[in-house]
Amino acid sequence: MHKPYSNKAWLGVLPVVLVVAFSAVIPLMTVVNYSVQDILDFNSRFYVGFEWYVETLNDTRFIDAFKRQLGFSFTVLAIEIPLGIAVAKGLPKTSRFTPALLILLAVPLLIPWNVVGTIWQMYARSDIGLLGVAINAMGISYHYSSEPLHAWLTLIAMDVWHWTSLVALLAFAGLTSIPQPYYQAAALDGANRWQIFRYVELPRLRGVLIIAVLLRLMDSFMIYTEPFVLTGGGPGDSTTFLSQHLATMAVGQFDLGPAAAFSVIYFLFILLFCWLFYTSVMRRDNE
Amino acid sequence: MSWMAWTWQTALFFSALGGALMLMTIAELVRPTSFVRGFLPMPTTRGDRFFICLLSAAFIHLIWLGLIGQSVPIASAVSVAWAFVVMRWG
Repeated sequence: MHKPYSNKAWLGVLPVVLVVAFSAVIPLMTVVNYSVQDILDFNSRFYVGFEWYVETLNDTRFIDAFKRQLGFSFTVLAIEIPLGIAVAKGLPKTSRFTPALLILLAVPLLIPWNVVGTIWQMYARSDIGLLGVAINAMGISYHYSSEPLHAWLTLIAMDVWHWTSLVALLAFAGLTSIPQPYYQAAALDGANRWQIFRYVELPRLRGVLIIAVLLRLMDSFMIYTEPFVLTGGGPGDSTTFLSQHLATMAVGQFDLGPAAAFSVIYFLFILLFCWLFYTSVMRRDNE
Repeated sequence: MSWMAWTWQTALFFSALGGALMLMTIAELVRPTSFVRGFLPMPTTRGDRFFICLLSAAFIHLIWLGLIGQSVPIASAVSVAWAFVVMRWG
């Protein structure tokens, strides 16, 4: 397979490359520079080689935060993607209420992250919050600020509440773009609802679902504000994810060298996920 | 430039990276690449394979630093050997 390939169009993206170089590449290079030095203050710094990388990779707090991060990201993906599709399937395609429903769905997406955290922090409180008091009134003990499991469930519920709409809106856009003759053909063949979903709708939703998964994976992997406001990483450090651990190191303790090494590792994992995802998308498109 | 906290080691690293990108650009102008199917599971261009080499070199070093933590040049040698294999047969 030999496809001719022209790179001339890359000249057109030169301005973007310059902007990205200024806003991303130079800061990233600075972080790499920091990561191999022990920085005592701005005037005294010493080259330490890969010491911070060895320290970070063997740091149980980093490994635990990484495991929690993976657990969180894959749990919210496993809930939000199917739920988003189900919501999109449930929306009427051509009704006069459709625009109103779409706007209602978009409301959580418009709320700033720290406000979402604050809303849920009050909503889930066991002394005054509507959700917390209601659950406790049913005889189920629920205290997200002292029970790790409850904190996790609250965080996942908050993320699902905040982001399922995005998946639903994307899936709805995908569903409405399927031409009617496909459904007519399926009906002629006697396909049931599951078969229509599996063989007509799902293949044509692939593009938007890939975008949804990629957006949600990246976003949830970098989540900071909502858990910071809701649980502050606690109880203990049971909901401390990567970015919060990083912020504690860099801003709280001013450990710039180890924090920079941590950032480089964090960045490499995100780059790997993006690349794997992008490649699998392009590969299927080529096939 | 002092705010970027340069060391000669990182300067050398980024120069080498920049140099490699320049070489790739020149190679592209002299002999434009095309999609080739090697042992990698998808057709790749020369640039794709170069990116795979860089990313795998980063992870080979991370795994080495995490598990062994010493004699880093061995990890670099493994990365170079792997990069040669990928660029040639990938």
